[in-house]
Amino acid sequence: MANLKFIQVNEVLGANLLNMVWVIIGLIAIYAGVKNLLDNENPSRYGTALFWCSFGVVCGFGTWLPAKLSGVLVIIMCLPPIFKKVKVGKVDTPSKEHTIEQYQKVGMKIFFPAVCVGIFSLLFAFFSNLSSMVAVTLGVIVAMIILMAYNPGENKPAVFLKESERFLSIMGPLCMLPQLLGCLGGVFTAAGVGDVVASIVEKIVPKGNVNVGIIVFAIGMAIFTMIMGNAFAAITVITVGIGGPFVLAYGADPVTIGMLALTCGYCGTLCTPMAANFNIVPVAILNMKDRWGVIKKQVLVAVIMLVFQICYMIIFK
Amino acid sequence: MELIKLLGVVIVIVGFALKLDSILIIFLALITTGIVGGLGVGGLLETIGVNFVANRSMAIFIMILLITGVLERNGLREAATDLIKKVKGATAGKVVAAYGIMRGAFGAFNVGFGGVAGFVRPVVLPMAEAAVKNQGHEAKEEHVEDIKGMASAMENITWFFWQVLFVGGSGGILVQSTLASLGYEVELIELAAAEIPVAIFALIVGCSVTIMTDKKLTKKYYGDK
Repeated sequence: MANLKFIQVNEVLGANLLNMVWVIIGLIAIYAGVKNLLDNENPSRYGTALFWCSFGVVCGFGTWLPAKLSGVLVIIMCLPPIFKKVKVGKVDTPSKEHTIEQYQKVGMKIFFPAVCVGIFSLLFAFFSNLSSMVAVTLGVIVAMIILMAYNPGENKPAVFLKESERFLSIMGPLCMLPQLLGCLGGVFTAAGVGDVVASIVEKIVPKGNVNVGIIVFAIGMAIFTMIMGNAFAAITVITVGIGGPFVLAYGADPVTIGMLALTCGYCGTLCTPMAANFNIVPVAILNMKDRWGVIKKQVLVAVIMLVFQICYMIIFK
Repeated sequence: MELIKLLGVVIVIVGFALKLDSILIIFLALITTGIVGGLGVGGLLETIGVNFVANRSMAIFIMILLITGVLERNGLREAATDLIKKVKGATAGKVVAAYGIMRGAFGAFNVGFGGVAGFVRPVVLPMAEAAVKNQGHEAKEEHVEDIKGMASAMENITWFFWQVLFVGGSGGILVQSTLASLGYEVELIELAAAEIPVAIFALIVGCSVTIMTDKKLTKKYYGDK
């Protein structure tokens, strides 16, 4: 595949482009912070601003900040959400009439900019050595240009920034969860947690049989996700504790095993009320009578998918 | 006592199971692991800083938010509604399956239409109920309840298994960084490629189960026709 990559940028330029990506994201977050700081309708202006701005600074300038200072900023960032001090301010949701009117102007070709980001990240992954993050950013920029060309009266540059703030605020601090979990995984590894988990699992599961290791890893992911309600939280712990020492250490393919472990976890997500966002909230939104109504329709598919994936991992390990 | 190092893991498992605030759980787990793992205050802050910055890829969704809202403003949801309305003469099961196919295909490009609240409730359900009527039945309450469950299930199944095909999605990035911490370097595109058979199989299973279940239910609620 490497010979296809005819777009080659040197390492320095690649690193600079990537740093630009972080700076842009950081500035968007800082904008969200400042907007909320000045927003009289936000019931918690300072907490909200502190959260988004400290995140924006770590994200945008983490490359150059001393690691300890970044650590302090992460701790500061965590405090406002823990004390429930991150709130949503003034939200300017477009009305149904408004979007219908725009749709009549733009029409079905709205799908082009929508899939633009995905296409760019795919193309650049195949044909260049640029980071996916840079590819996504280029896709976003091209999508913005197309949108401005489609509908210049509506899509002014400032609108993109305002809309990103709107969505960031709707998502709230929980959107930081994956990154914090990734960070936690790193801290677990640094503290040697993986080795301890492995030494416990070793007492139950025979080491050296990769297929047994795969089965334990896959089912372990599903069960832990069911308990925790979050596959992202499970995968950092289970990969370090089981996947690494019981499967990957014996030369199994990290790509197939590592990635499918996540979707094995998703099988667990489909079966648990702990994943309230996916399984309980819809019951409420759709006024269903049976609290388990969504889960019941998912269990069969989840079991089939888990078995399929275990076989797939064993065959392609 | 090596086991004490697991205190952070226990906090994560128990915390999520008890539905405590997610950020609080991670915060406590970070601090606790730093203490019991013997990292010290400086060491812990440094490890947190290094790892948080190393995991910045997970924030790429913020870049994509630049267009998410503007797409919505320009009628993306209306366009999706028109697209799915092209499914004609279908049963409720087939409407839900068609939604699954659309949701999956666009999910691979990280494009959503508003989920259960934004799309299933206002668009998919009325279409499915209309399909039941078109077959000459008065939709029974139990059947509608089943359709709601199936539509939400389809939403979750297709989104879970197809969003992993997006190169730059947070799932793949988290796997990449977790593997990196164990010393395995993998590329995001390889991770996405590994999921292609899984995604296709999930869609086939999801759609078949939905269509068959609905067929069975139609028989049960309205008799043979």
